[in-house]
Amino acid sequence: MAIDVATVKKVASLSRLREPEARLESLSGELNGILGWIEQLNEIDVTGVEPMTTAVAAAAPLREDVVSDGGKVADVVKNAPKTVDGFFVVPKVVE
Amino acid sequence: MSDLTKLTLKGALDGLKAKTFSSSELTEAFIGAIEHSNGALNAYVETTFDKARAQAKASDERLAKGEGRALEGAPLGIKDLYCTEGVRTTACSKILGNFIPTYESTVTANLWQGGAVMLGKLNMDEFAMGSSNETSHWGPVVNPWKAKDSNQALTPGGSSGGSAAAVAADLCLAATASDTGGSIRQPAAFTGTVGIKPTYGRASRFGMVAFASSLDQAGPITKTVEDAAIMLNVMCSHDVKDSTSLDIEVPDFTKFIGKSVKGLRIGIPDEYRLDGIPAEIDALWEQGIAWLKDAGAEIVRITLPHTKYALPCYYIVAPAEASSNLARYDGMRFGYRDPEATNLVDTYELSRSEGFGKEVKRRIMIGTYVLSAGFYDAYYVKALKVRRKIADDFTEAFKSCDVILTPATPSSAFALGDEKKAADPVSMYLNDVFTVTTNLAGLPGLSVPAGLDQHGLPLGLQVIGKALDEGTVLTIASVLEQAAGFTQKPSKWW
Repeated sequence: MAIDVATVKKVASLSRLREPEARLESLSGELNGILGWIEQLNEIDVTGVEPMTTAVAAAAPLREDVVSDGGKVADVVKNAPKTVDGFFVVPKVVE
Repeated sequence: MSDLTKLTLKGALDGLKAKTFSSSELTEAFIGAIEHSNGALNAYVETTFDKARAQAKASDERLAKGEGRALEGAPLGIKDLYCTEGVRTTACSKILGNFIPTYESTVTANLWQGGAVMLGKLNMDEFAMGSSNETSHWGPVVNPWKAKDSNQALTPGGSSGGSAAAVAADLCLAATASDTGGSIRQPAAFTGTVGIKPTYGRASRFGMVAFASSLDQAGPITKTVEDAAIMLNVMCSHDVKDSTSLDIEVPDFTKFIGKSVKGLRIGIPDEYRLDGIPAEIDALWEQGIAWLKDAGAEIVRITLPHTKYALPCYYIVAPAEASSNLARYDGMRFGYRDPEATNLVDTYELSRSEGFGKEVKRRIMIGTYVLSAGFYDAYYVKALKVRRKIADDFTEAFKSCDVILTPATPSSAFALGDEKKAADPVSMYLNDVFTVTTNLAGLPGLSVPAGLDQHGLPLGLQVIGKALDEGTVLTIASVLEQAAGFTQKPSKWW
């Protein structure tokens, strides 16, 4: 499955990345190199194998549904690029 | 007084307890060493000397009252991956810019609770993605080791290159590090230091900047195996803030140092004999086998048939998790925002494209691709199934052995600016060929320095244990450490 320049563009856009046109060709080569190397996984028969998502077999731990922390508006917005009165300021979303 | 920075963590803790020197004296010695050396080595990306002096003073007061805790007064370096309250934390990425956490990671909180002193934050590959420290936004760390008869600057390895270099150059007593595919063990091997990645879930990931959450694990880089045990004792804990943290008792790991290995079965996997690996690596492995045999251990041939698929499997799983984890860097709530962007999509795309480095972007794109519609089953689900096969290999092998011995890396430290590795990402990825399997299976792995190659550069051996059996790993490693008698230090050029 070769990744052409159009696919690189599509994947970049899905990743919310904007790569310069001049970089697309070499990115296509790099990604193809990596994915080509990964293709060797097709040598393995995985019929009937359960996918492994975690190395910890324990069930998800549960806790009481109570407030355990909070009231830290200043902390939450402290590192934001732009804030007003404890709110994040973001670019206009709806024209 | 002799140079206090050359002490091991154990030696320093003993000296502090015996009041041979104070934590303030010890801390000043390290501050002096860092001020002198960091320009050449670039191990620290942020120093916190005022905080260190205040912590040292408080430790001296406690020690005077005989109330010293496990790490009382010991100056440590912290990988820039750990959030430290009030101290800039960037994971060495431009996108985190001037991020100053308002909270502390659980691992570092445990260290301060144990009385440790923080000297500063240590350099690393950006978001821990790299094997040479060259992807750091703050520039590469330089390995204190150089080949004989060469002035070429070498990599300390990665991603925990700053941690490894700082420990090797006596710029801290010990350091925190983290390991997703080999990021503790490969730098340890390249710098003649000890590094252990404990079992997945032993240490909390809360407050560690996430790379690949099902693989990331905290661990220390230290001068000796005993020091690694001392650090693990404090770093590991159950934490309700990390749902994958294991609710189990943390044993006193130092109790496993110096125990007999008589009767222990050491597995030697056939599949770790790779073509194109320097003969010295194989020779060192044979030497390690001989040392353990001499100490009374039994050597068992084992097979881990899916070993060669571990790296390709990792390069689906890790980028997939990274692409989701790094989606949080959107220029809205923290980190870098492109100042020119006026609409939402421009803000996302320009902030991320300028904020992330080349390797990180490459991995985000691979992750996005393997998770995208039409490829999810062929790549991602397939890799998760292969991951199960790799873990099953270990389960099967551990029926006939107690620990596994392998080389730590396929080479010694290589040159910074290696053009072949820069042009071919896969050749860089191969650095983790011996280490990545334990991350996929969640097992503990340790790298211990065992000798020098023909160029005078350190080489390490890796000990892999059963899940939660760090104890036996430490026992084996301490026997190897003693047999190797590795006391060499880099000759000081900086």
